[in-house]
Amino acid sequence: MTNYITVIGLEVHAELKTKSKAFCSCSTAFGAEPNTHVCPVCLGMPGALPVLNKQVVEFAIRAGLACDCEIQKFNKFDRKNYFYPDLSKNYQISQFDKPICLGGHIDIAVGDEHKRIGITRMHMEEDAGKLVHSGATIKTSDSSAVDYNRAGVPLIEIVSEPDMRSASEARAYMEKLKAILEYTDVCDCKMQEGSLRCDANISVMPEGAKEFGTRAEIKNLNSFRALERAVEYEVERQIELIEDGGHVVQETRTWDDAQGMTFSMRSKEEAHDYRYFPEPDLVPVEIDDAWIERVRGELPELPTQRQARLMQDYNLPEYDASQIVDTKEMADYFDAAIKTTDDAKGVANWLLGDVSAYLNNENIEIAQFHVAPAHLGELVALIKKGTLSSKLAKKVFAEMVKSDKAPSVLVKELGLEQVSDTGAIEKLVDETLAENPQSIADFKAGKDRALGFMVGQIMKKSRGKANPAMVNEMLLKKLKE
Amino acid sequence: MELYKQTAHELHEQLVNKKISSVELTNALYERINEVDDKINAYLTLDQENALAQAAKVDSKIAAGEVIAPLAGIPGAIKDNISTKGLRTTCASKILENFIPIYDAHVIANLRKDETIFLGKTNMDEFAMGSTTESSHFQVTHNAWDLSRVPGGSSGGSAAAIAAGEAIWSLGSDTGGSIRQPASFNGCVGIKPTYGRVSRYGCVAFASSLDQIGPLTRDVTDAATVLNTICGVDKMDSTSLNVEVPDFTKALRQDVKGLRIGIPKEYYGKGLDPKVDAVLRKAMADYEAMGAELVDVSLPHTEYGVITYYIIAPAEASANLARFDGVRYGYRNRQATSAPEMTTLSRSEGFGPEVQRRIMLGTYVLSSGYYDAYYLKAMQVRTLIRRDFEAVFKQCDVLLTPTSPVVAYPIDGKMDPLSIYLLDVCTIPVNLAGLPGISVPAGFVDGMPVGMQLIGNILDEETVLRAAYTFEQTHEYHKVFAPVGGAK
Repeated sequence: MTNYITVIGLEVHAELKTKSKAFCSCSTAFGAEPNTHVCPVCLGMPGALPVLNKQVVEFAIRAGLACDCEIQKFNKFDRKNYFYPDLSKNYQISQFDKPICLGGHIDIAVGDEHKRIGITRMHMEEDAGKLVHSGATIKTSDSSAVDYNRAGVPLIEIVSEPDMRSASEARAYMEKLKAILEYTDVCDCKMQEGSLRCDANISVMPEGAKEFGTRAEIKNLNSFRALERAVEYEVERQIELIEDGGHVVQETRTWDDAQGMTFSMRSKEEAHDYRYFPEPDLVPVEIDDAWIERVRGELPELPTQRQARLMQDYNLPEYDASQIVDTKEMADYFDAAIKTTDDAKGVANWLLGDVSAYLNNENIEIAQFHVAPAHLGELVALIKKGTLSSKLAKKVFAEMVKSDKAPSVLVKELGLEQVSDTGAIEKLVDETLAENPQSIADFKAGKDRALGFMVGQIMKKSRGKANPAMVNEMLLKKLKE
Repeated sequence: MELYKQTAHELHEQLVNKKISSVELTNALYERINEVDDKINAYLTLDQENALAQAAKVDSKIAAGEVIAPLAGIPGAIKDNISTKGLRTTCASKILENFIPIYDAHVIANLRKDETIFLGKTNMDEFAMGSTTESSHFQVTHNAWDLSRVPGGSSGGSAAAIAAGEAIWSLGSDTGGSIRQPASFNGCVGIKPTYGRVSRYGCVAFASSLDQIGPLTRDVTDAATVLNTICGVDKMDSTSLNVEVPDFTKALRQDVKGLRIGIPKEYYGKGLDPKVDAVLRKAMADYEAMGAELVDVSLPHTEYGVITYYIIAPAEASANLARFDGVRYGYRNRQATSAPEMTTLSRSEGFGPEVQRRIMLGTYVLSSGYYDAYYLKAMQVRTLIRRDFEAVFKQCDVLLTPTSPVVAYPIDGKMDPLSIYLLDVCTIPVNLAGLPGISVPAGFVDGMPVGMQLIGNILDEETVLRAAYTFEQTHEYHKVFAPVGGAK
């Protein structure tokens, strides 16, 4: 049987976090009443003209530099012509042959394997509005309404090289790109809200082939999971096609998440001729070295640098560090939490363990997690100090997520403080020995189980608060007396 | 003299001296419109109530002894492709038949600040595409000098309104000659400023890299006065130039001594009516007599101007007019059963034949596989044309050419589009190069006015105005009033 190699390139659209739209002063805020963030410019009223928001260029430079792109000094905009009711001018202001960023890369890791994924280009453009159909789709609806709040919101389109070879590489690239866009604070990266969107170009070729196979472009990938599943489905579909003697046609397909399948949208022949030409309403933008260097100087710490710092400064394993830096919020949380403890590995374990489990369970992001980082750090410190057993710590954590109280306060309120007082423990040990002569005999006869039984009895008496190590030690000592 | 025949600067004096009131003046204009507009058809929409309310405001200001702007209380007309908040703006198209803008164009906002009076909106070629005003969806405008002839275009309504005494001043827009050519056909003054002098914000775009708003007036002084109000950088138009705007009326001096007037031979070639040529030769001689120096110059790429224009302008128009899709405003076909069908039918039914012709032409030249051969090539030729002018303005200060090679022709629809396109040969290169150009009355051929075009270097409206003013003040052509007669 032939082995096939998968080839994937991604086109990612990221909405920029500017306060106002790309070519007018309307707000970009998400979730407003339909058609309230609009003006003659973004509504495409007759005679209205676009004026570039310089912040768009600033953010594009920042994103480009964060991905090691070459920033192009001469920038112009072009009109991309196509008719669609959500596109108010029926052309999109975009950049065609002179994108602002060229030739960058993103480093990813899948398991132990590290890989560099090339970035072909990034360009600036404007978003379209949104159609709201009375039925399920535009074709089955009696009517559709258009909300132009999103029309004119700035985007950067980030086009990768076809360097990815598996669904997990595609996912890793997307996750890393998301992290970079979050760290640089140019995009809020909410895939559900559509502020980060992904199209995938996917093809397969027999092992050893010199040329890539014919690709299909898959649209509507609204989550990492969708991206992964769509790649897997599409690869299987294409291989099956070829194995059955058919061939892949160049086309645009859409991912149906509910059915877990891709469907053909339009063939190459039906593809738009966008008739790009230079936008005459905007003047070219020159980006000088000073501008580029200022933005470079202001770049924040990026995921890769942060991971290295966590590994070096806190001796964290690569896996832990990479998981923590995956989102800027998690990494910021970590940095804040370790101010109240010196146990970095402990904080990492809690973040990647109980905290992540809690977030998953509640279906929230770390940004919505209300336990203060200082409190989590304090919890870890209490464990390390021996004040709390890890079992009791879980109890405290369960209370912390319900209240805003510090763990030290909760420990007292719940009466959970670990008993490490020798006198108190000795009293419990003595009581237990007196109550269980048979167990003493068993132990002396070499039955180790008897020791465990007596420790259990002591812990029970202390309602779990006795320091188990101390109990063990004292019991053994008394038994050997 | 009747109020409607006078100039803005004459009327301003009378307003300030309280010899007349703005209400009286505005009423006089509406009376005149009532009297002659069924013959001329200059207006598409009148706004009498608001105009009179504004006039009353100005009158009370004058009564209170306040200083008023030169155009305050002076009634003017606005070409119907300039956005006026609350006042129907149709571009003379069915697709915008009932369209009421939600905002004012930058020039309108400026004119409102100066408290001028807007009488109404004037007829034009649909979306400014044409040279006769015949492509208007609503009506054909007639030439006040001979009602059987076209007023020129596309700002035909704005020019005819001046000639027929239906407005004191008016605004037009000029993409390939649409202010200057109708000015020439109607015996009035029309100036297209340097590209970027006037904000295009609110001027419904035909060809963005060529469009420019400008005034049509009875004399050069009024043109300079309107320019003073409408020029200047606008943060809403990225292509508006951030340069100081001089007081253009200060340039109005009778002085052409030592002025080097270039005579580009390509503008006096075949197709030029010999009688029009004779009028211009006389003008040259007069300038020379006044101390100007005539310089023979050459603009070798002139012959490619029209074809270059008819690639670039439709290309831009094909995108600019894409927004008229029946979705947000304007004409919508209600029988369509899908969104694409609604757009197709709304556009097919809403746009007239000339507009559709140019959209198709523009779509074609931008299409994959044709872009390089047409659009890209045209952009390169445009650069050559611009360089021609750059070179020539090292040899002279201003160029003197015909505005149009012919006088206004009959309204008979006998001319094919291509022949009409070719008549724009003298005005188009000026737009391609972004230069200021004026048309001033220079004489008559068989009773029809002939315009002389003066072209200046980038941002040098002042030299153009001075040369035009000097000619005007030493001749009487601008004082001859159109008869508003003849058979329609």
